[in-house]
Amino acid sequence: MMEVISKDTGKREMVINMGPQHPSTHGVLRLELVLDGEVIKEAEPNIGYLHRCFEKYAELMDDYAKVIPYTDRMDYVSAINQEHGYVIALERMLELEVPERVEYIRVIMAELQRIASHLLGIGAFGLDLGAFTPFLYCFTEREKILDIFERATGARLLYNYFAVAGLMRDVHPEFKTETSDFVKTFRPKIKELNDLLSYNSIFIKRTANIGVLPEKVAFNYGASGPVLRGSGVKWDLRKNDPYSIYDRFDFEIPVGSGELGTLGDCWDRYIVRVREMEQSLRIIEQALDGMPDEGDVMAAIPKRIRPKEGEIYTRTETPRGELGYYIISDKSASAFRVKARAPSFVHLSMLPAISKGSLIADMVAIVGSIDIVLGEVDR
Amino acid sequence: MRNAVKQSWITFKSIFTGMGVTIRHFFGPTVTLQYPDERMELPKGARARLFVNIDDCIGCNLCARACPVNCIDIETVAATQDVDLGKTSTGNPKRFWLTRFNIDMAKCMYCDLCVHPCPTNCIYMVPEYEYSEYDRSNLVYHFSNLEPDMVAEVKEKAELEAEQKKRDREEMMRKKAEEKAKKEMEEKKKAEEKSEATSDDKPANDKQGEE
Amino acid sequence: MTEYLTNINPVAAILIHAAIPLTIILVYALVAIWGERKIAGFIQDRLGPMRVGGWHGWAQSIADLLKLIQKEDIIPTDASRFLFKFAPFMMFAASYAAFAVIPFSSAYIGSMVNIGVFYLLAVTSVLTLSVIMAGWASNNKWSLLGGMRSAAQMVSYEVPTIATVLTVILVAGSLNLMTVTEMQAGNDTLGFLPNWLIFQNPFLISAFIIFFISILAESHRVPFDLPESESELVAGYQTEYSGMRWAMFMLAEYADMLLLSLLGAVLFFGGWNSPFGDFMGGPLWGYFWFMLKGLLLVFVMMWIRWTLPRYRVDQLMHICWSILIPLSFINLVLTALWEVIF
Repeated sequence: MMEVISKDTGKREMVINMGPQHPSTHGVLRLELVLDGEVIKEAEPNIGYLHRCFEKYAELMDDYAKVIPYTDRMDYVSAINQEHGYVIALERMLELEVPERVEYIRVIMAELQRIASHLLGIGAFGLDLGAFTPFLYCFTEREKILDIFERATGARLLYNYFAVAGLMRDVHPEFKTETSDFVKTFRPKIKELNDLLSYNSIFIKRTANIGVLPEKVAFNYGASGPVLRGSGVKWDLRKNDPYSIYDRFDFEIPVGSGELGTLGDCWDRYIVRVREMEQSLRIIEQALDGMPDEGDVMAAIPKRIRPKEGEIYTRTETPRGELGYYIISDKSASAFRVKARAPSFVHLSMLPAISKGSLIADMVAIVGSIDIVLGEVDR
Repeated sequence: MRNAVKQSWITFKSIFTGMGVTIRHFFGPTVTLQYPDERMELPKGARARLFVNIDDCIGCNLCARACPVNCIDIETVAATQDVDLGKTSTGNPKRFWLTRFNIDMAKCMYCDLCVHPCPTNCIYMVPEYEYSEYDRSNLVYHFSNLEPDMVAEVKEKAELEAEQKKRDREEMMRKKAEEKAKKEMEEKKKAEEKSEATSDDKPANDKQGEE
Repeated sequence: MTEYLTNINPVAAILIHAAIPLTIILVYALVAIWGERKIAGFIQDRLGPMRVGGWHGWAQSIADLLKLIQKEDIIPTDASRFLFKFAPFMMFAASYAAFAVIPFSSAYIGSMVNIGVFYLLAVTSVLTLSVIMAGWASNNKWSLLGGMRSAAQMVSYEVPTIATVLTVILVAGSLNLMTVTEMQAGNDTLGFLPNWLIFQNPFLISAFIIFFISILAESHRVPFDLPESESELVAGYQTEYSGMRWAMFMLAEYADMLLLSLLGAVLFFGGWNSPFGDFMGGPLWGYFWFMLKGLLLVFVMMWIRWTLPRYRVDQLMHICWSILIPLSFINLVLTALWEVIF
């Protein structure tokens, strides 16, 4: 004991390992912190504890369709959105038309998944700051979404629901009523969440002015999604580079405004997620109205997937940001190379930049506010 | 000073709002299911365990090929000609004995990809989720309904038949070869006879030519 | 009761005397841990423990205790062994000792000393020491950080606690908690309210608010649970503890919570006095009322715990030194003025 302390006191610094077994590192993130007292001098994220060779698998599989279940497992919190990007990439490579009904169901599913993912992100963020109860309220709501998913797709977490130019199965007959019921009951819950957590003054004290990410730094690191929007940039791929049928819906892009602190602080990133949930509800309502009742969702699925020789990069807006798939095809049955551009990975890389000089308790808030999923960071 | 009072008022107000929310939930209903006593009803299409209706399986191996994690292990033996395995409920004729149809649920990732290619819809997911085991090998499900001695018999039979076929084929080949040889011989003979006939003149011609 | 027993056998009298608060603490701790889990459950739309013992899992704490007794007692290799082993017991001893001056009912007080409040505050200061001891002896960086935080926090929050207690003493005019309770008997304030000190003087209401915030911090409850803040410091000073030693920490923590709540009940809510004057009076009812008041405060502490996030360590210090301490002293002066004028 004496030795350890004296060794550190010589430099007035202490190296501490936060994670991989730490209650608030969202899985298996390991942060190497150099502390002066409780002030962080340096922070270095160490990753790779959850590496599962996604990209290698995608090359080794003898069929493009076999990779779809693996995309689920990248960001297991928003599996549907991961699939969405991949099937869109394949559809663009094959130049396939997607049936109307499929597109609508996809959008509803993707937005429901976005809400579920944000609920988890928000709840876990509250938990990091010591508020246990909002976490479980969020989980109760998330559970309702997962129930809808389970009835429609058969699975609760890893769906493998989207197929190229189709869906693996049709939704259940009560899907429309169930979803619109959920939308109705969920709106008051957002208000409750705001009362309990968002506008709680202790919560604001812990998050406002903490972990400020200026617009310029966000651009330089390639941030996207709620993290970028939290810094006040109106950038949402659903609007700026529309894919699927998002151009048909009327919704807003909530951005951080620094209303309770500095622009781009943890609270801004947090509130962007809360407001995005409301926008997702709007999209779901519109999509439910426009969804055709008839149509075979499995009809257009190609038997063989053999894209032409070439390469493609498609990007979609997942709850965490821009998810890009870069696929090179060599005309064989499997891809020559698949590269996934994971938003969590990008966001984690800017952690050292925005956490320097803050306290160890702020580190927890910052990690929570960028809402990383380690499965996606390591892939 | 006024600011400080205002700030602390906001703090107290937000704390009491939060406490109001929690106390409402305190007296509100709970969402817990007491698991072993109450069970959640899984929907019809829930993907929880793979099941194979072996009577309908034609041993086409399509599911095993569709599986991304290779958890389906199928071994088939062609049925001998003296047995008729019948037809599946969908009307497809069965031509193989299924001597092994194992699914390793420890490996399975519940992706549903094996279900779609099946021509007879005999492999599907069932909403059965309570199948934990102390030993991982117990998670390998054996769907083949053939008894081990039956398997051996079938294999032997198939081998015999295969041998028989092989022998038949060899026999046939030999016969064919013989016939061919015979024919060739005959042809040769004919040719020789012919040539003999012609060769009498030829040398003469040659000779004539020489001369 | 005391005199009667002392006449028969002085040693037995002392032992019984000491055993009464211990029994109360142990039973309370079992009930409170179960209760906290149930309260947390209901607040979060869950049920909490439901299995052990039948009705609503009432025996859960007992089962947990049995489990903790059986667990291996792990001491890290490089830990300072003596301090590591000693810290949990010292912590419990400190909070247990403080119960000596709490008047549980009109018939029972552990020790009728004139410096009751002073003794209580002095003994609870030892808690800080044991937390630092545990944090340092564990040879774990998280423990150390937890211990340091805790030391800073408890030393700071003792100041507003003492200042508000002083405010009450100023009004009551005695350091003996029994005397303080006795003078709150009756139902005369404004004709119907009980003569509790909180109704006697408007500045005592604000004193109670400050007191309550301070005891939240002193007993490491949310929003001031920084020494063991789970999501930051893993488990703070308790990180390396397991089994029975960890249970001692838990016990001491809950005992501390009860102690400070009971102190609040004595100082502001009339101790063992019935809210209905002589109705439902007497020693046994007195004990009931006293525990009820204390447990209500404990419930509020739990309720707050399951509602709020926690403060950061510097904000905690800020609240203490630049808000609570000035306010409590201003409050003290105003109370004194009120007493002089009226």
